[in-house]
Amino acid sequence: MIRFALRRALGPLLFGLGSLALLPACSSSSADQQTARLPYIGERDVVPSPTGGPADTVYATIPTFRLTNQAGQPVTNDTFKDKIYITDFFFATCPSICPKMQSELLRVYEKYKDNPRVVFLSHTIDPAHDSIPVLRDYAERLGVTDASRWHFATAPQDTIFALAHAYLTGAQVSTDAPGGLEHTGAFALVDPNRHVRGIYDGLNKDEVDRLIQEIPVLLQEVSATPATATAPRP
Amino acid sequence: MSTWWLRGAACLAAASTLVGCFSNRQNEGGKLYATHCASCHGEQGEGLRRLIPPLAGADYLRQQRAALPCLIRKGQQGPVVVNGVTYNQVMPGHEDLTDSQITNILNFVQQQWGNQNQTYTIREVSELLDACHGSDGQ
Repeated sequence: MIRFALRRALGPLLFGLGSLALLPACSSSSADQQTARLPYIGERDVVPSPTGGPADTVYATIPTFRLTNQAGQPVTNDTFKDKIYITDFFFATCPSICPKMQSELLRVYEKYKDNPRVVFLSHTIDPAHDSIPVLRDYAERLGVTDASRWHFATAPQDTIFALAHAYLTGAQVSTDAPGGLEHTGAFALVDPNRHVRGIYDGLNKDEVDRLIQEIPVLLQEVSATPATATAPRP
Repeated sequence: MSTWWLRGAACLAAASTLVGCFSNRQNEGGKLYATHCASCHGEQGEGLRRLIPPLAGADYLRQQRAALPCLIRKGQQGPVVVNGVTYNQVMPGHEDLTDSQITNILNFVQQQWGNQNQTYTIREVSELLDACHGSDGQ
């Protein structure tokens, strides 16, 4: 039996981030000064420019992954090419925070389900139990009929854990619950360049409202700048 | 000065600020519901689609009234039909609640969101909990 506990370690740090903060390190001097941009969230590196110009700030990216969704279809980074996606971690039999999280994420989904550029991805942290049929049943019970709009995905557990870390949701083996797991109920908003651009407490209605408001901001940015293989440079 | 006099004075002082001596259990059912039940069954007892059954307007609360104390105490697994819809989700048990707390939760649920179902006495809940060896007598 997997236990689920909230980790607060990331909480104040990440959830306290201002919503539409201009990037302090990358305040662009270009024409879109008027447009609010979402921050880049996560580790960052300052890389000296090979040409001797100003140093580049390089942000952590989501690693290459391959998952399988409730329809038995592969889900990879390419699945979200030129799209933005919202991701979380759950498991089908979780009785504690998952129902609340998923009902909040459902609220976001209802708002954007007709926009093909916004996709949803829920990872199970209990792949041993949550087989593809279990995930399919779960999705159908939530009212999600089109797997390509909201993927309920599975992979080997270490893959899922590594991804949870990359999405800043910190799933890990819990020392409090032997054999158990713990992680936050966080949602991550990801851009087409594999960068996390927002982290939201999925148990907090106000935080989820902020996500609903920030999705169009990111969509606008993505429309203005075609996706590239590397991070946009200041 | 004897302590009973002090206690009496403290009580009177408390009562005078509208916080009665026996009011710390007021609305306990609603508070316990918010703590232990709302994250799954919803703040308004609405449930979650076909994943988690509703409590608001649920026929199950009337039909299975005698089984509800043990359902909270021991949890439940397997299919369950509420308002004609089959649900199949694990509900965890609550060994951490006293009989009186279970009574207050049940009375809240049976009378909230337009529900108008028969309430319970603590004694009745304790007796019903004996069926699953779940009574703590408190």
